Amino acid sequence: MSTTHMNAHVAHDEHHDHHPAPHNVFGFWLYLMTDCLLFASVFATYAVLFMNTAGGVSSKDIFELDFVLVETAALLISSITYGFAMVCAHNRNRAGTLLWLFVTFAFGAVFICMELYEFHHLIEAGNGPQRSAFLTAFFTLVGTHGLHVTAGLIWMAILIVELLKSGFGSRTVTRLSCLSLFWHFLDVVWICVFTFVYLMGAV
Amino acid sequence: MSILGKLSLHSIPYDVPILVGTFCGVVVLASIVIGLITYYKKWGVLWNDWFTSIDHKRLGIMYIVLALVMLLRGFADAMMMRLQLAFATDGGTGYLPPHHYDQIFTAHGVIMIIFMAMPFMIGLMNIVLPLQIGARDVAFPFMNNLSFWLTVGGAILINISLFIGEFAKTGWVAYPPLAGLKFSPDVGVDYYIWALQISGIGTTLTAVNFLATVFKMRAPGMKLMDMPIFTWTCTWANILIALSFPILTAVLAMLTLDRYLDFHFFTIAGGGNSMMYINLFWAWGHPEVYILVLPAFGIFSEVVSTFTGKRLFGYKSMVWATASISVLGFIVWLHHFFTMGSSANVNAFFGVATMIIAIPTGVKLFNWLFTMYRGRLRITVPVMWTLGFMVTFTIGGMTGVLLAVPGADYVLHNSLFLIAHFHNTIIGGAVFGYLAGFAFWFPKAMGFHLNVKLGKAAFWCWLIGFFLAFMPLYVLGFLGMTRRLNHTNNPQWDMWLYIALIGAFVIMAGIACQLLQLYVSFRDRKQNLDTTGDPWNGHTLEWSTASPPQVYNFAEIPTVYDIDAFTDMKEKGTAYVRKDSYAPIHMPKNTKAGMAIAGSVTIMGFALIWHIWWLAALGLLGGFISLVARAYTSDVDYYIQPDEVLRTETAHLDSNNVAKG
Repeated sequence: MSTTHMNAHVAHDEHHDHHPAPHNVFGFWLYLMTDCLLFASVFATYAVLFMNTAGGVSSKDIFELDFVLVETAALLISSITYGFAMVCAHNRNRAGTLLWLFVTFAFGAVFICMELYEFHHLIEAGNGPQRSAFLTAFFTLVGTHGLHVTAGLIWMAILIVELLKSGFGSRTVTRLSCLSLFWHFLDVVWICVFTFVYLMGAV
Repeated sequence: MSILGKLSLHSIPYDVPILVGTFCGVVVLASIVIGLITYYKKWGVLWNDWFTSIDHKRLGIMYIVLALVMLLRGFADAMMMRLQLAFATDGGTGYLPPHHYDQIFTAHGVIMIIFMAMPFMIGLMNIVLPLQIGARDVAFPFMNNLSFWLTVGGAILINISLFIGEFAKTGWVAYPPLAGLKFSPDVGVDYYIWALQISGIGTTLTAVNFLATVFKMRAPGMKLMDMPIFTWTCTWANILIALSFPILTAVLAMLTLDRYLDFHFFTIAGGGNSMMYINLFWAWGHPEVYILVLPAFGIFSEVVSTFTGKRLFGYKSMVWATASISVLGFIVWLHHFFTMGSSANVNAFFGVATMIIAIPTGVKLFNWLFTMYRGRLRITVPVMWTLGFMVTFTIGGMTGVLLAVPGADYVLHNSLFLIAHFHNTIIGGAVFGYLAGFAFWFPKAMGFHLNVKLGKAAFWCWLIGFFLAFMPLYVLGFLGMTRRLNHTNNPQWDMWLYIALIGAFVIMAGIACQLLQLYVSFRDRKQNLDTTGDPWNGHTLEWSTASPPQVYNFAEIPTVYDIDAFTDMKEKGTAYVRKDSYAPIHMPKNTKAGMAIAGSVTIMGFALIWHIWWLAALGLLGGFISLVARAYTSDVDYYIQPDEVLRTETAHLDSNNVAKG
């Protein structure tokens, strides 16, 4: 999974000033489409395996929708706050951008912590990914998304440092735009996870 | 567990004479190469002008060097298999024990597809595509360098497996449960996983890069439907890469989780489903064969239209035929395992979809024929490959349609008939295409011509050798011989196995001719310089540059009015126009970052194969730090000054004039 993580960074770290920024954003779009296919493969796998509980727990037994709803809200709010950060960035408002990036980072971190708590809770109860094909697919799908969010957080931290140290160049705005695409993309993927895994699994 | 994980002295197969011999051979060869580079003091050139280069033309040449080296490795595997099968008939056991033989056929498949064919295709695309669309480079030159080194990283891992540990014994598809931890507890499958994973990510990045290039950096005036046909076929191949390689990444990651963390994607215990691996693998694997062959179709199109001196017949139908092959390529994967036992309707759907692909492919063949019709075809080496392809590939295509009938497939599945079929299409289609492209664009990339006599000799050896080596496999398939057998005892098969061995030797002669051709052409390069930049009277923009092209490709970005843009310029007299002054040209600088990142990732791969966790963590960290360091380098570009551009352009135009008298 670390490879997907690499992928995300490689695609965004391509900056030659002699190419206008739209190339980078377009290139990043293309990368996101490949990432989309990666998620599609993992979703398809989940669809095939989610009934195969091997005598263990099923999706009805383990999902706590209230908890996941809060988790989801954290991620969705972080998307909105990232939008505010971009508005500030386009106005070259450094303090505002930093403020909203911090808020976004905090909500993203809350999401990841809640996910880790959920994983820990499941593993403690003997429902780790080694228990059954269903749990394997569940941990992998949610975990793949989680790794992406973590990569996004690391990227965000790096951009925050860049902003603190050197302020705004067109390079920074391009990078913020790419991370913005990445962040919203992960939101869309999570909506699918929430719907297909948690909502449909719990009812 | 020790600090070196599973790695110990016992991992080195010093008790296997063949491997020790190979190892000595590699060491001697490497010492000679290193010695020569040191003697001629070329390390600086190699490092500064090549390894750290982000020039698409140089990266393209390095991709092709990699492909040729891997061709030799993959072909050595092929010879060993053919020899084994010829010796191990009539109850003989041959000279390769099954556990060694199984590694060889696995390595042969992986190397030929992932590390020979792919780099060859990507190398040609690198050299030609930006020139054809009138661009100065690709959209992301640094990422291009990184992709190359990731591919090399994968190739290094697979070759290390020869001498440290072992390679997978699963066949190049690595199906579980055989590839699972229970039945393959050794490191072979892990080598397979990480070699493919690392190079596969490089390939995905290449596709992203070239798609951005094609969609954003075409010369003014060049609409999509004005792009040269090779660029179009590469673009479809890149779309296929972008849509299919992530599936490979995912399925390999799942196999990794099964093997490393005891997950249950594909295990029988725990409710896993191994057929899901096979489905996902071929959802990548089938598009992959079109990724290989579509650019070859593009090369044939360029060759046919250039050497008949005519515009390509049916340009639009060619583009749409490529498009339909690409789309259909995604809905036929199940024909690789009709015997899985899906319902008759499912098999029928995939069978029919497969057969339909013959239609756009037929459109292409007729387009080439109609281009030649009433043209004056100059019989050059690229044309010979093209003609050889048209005959050979048609046979391979027809046997493919036979295999697409599910009923027939139940009989022929995993027989040598299948082996004959896919070699028929991949060698007769893709490889012949790359070799045509190699001969066609060699003077452009290198600045001198290839020796024609040896080129023709190589072609005839390859063609005759191909038919001798693979037609017997069709027969053997009908006689019931299945693939991956280590030894046999059916006297009926003997003769055909011997003929196939002779064929392999004839192909070997072809490869020898090509190596000799490279040597002779390089030796005599001073007499065979291409000073015109346009040795074949070409149609497209790459031929308007010098040979080898100027580092900036185009002093001024050309404006395009026609599909055959350069022919159009020559007819209107707008080619070779002298200017008094040029604008400075903004260029990206070379960088070590690609090597640093890919090197770290390769070390991580090696460490993960041997469960050396601390080293894996270090590798990952190294890759990450190099990446961030690269992101914060601002010293990434420079300007080529107008007077230097003027000097270069004048030299090109002068030598062109002299050549034309």
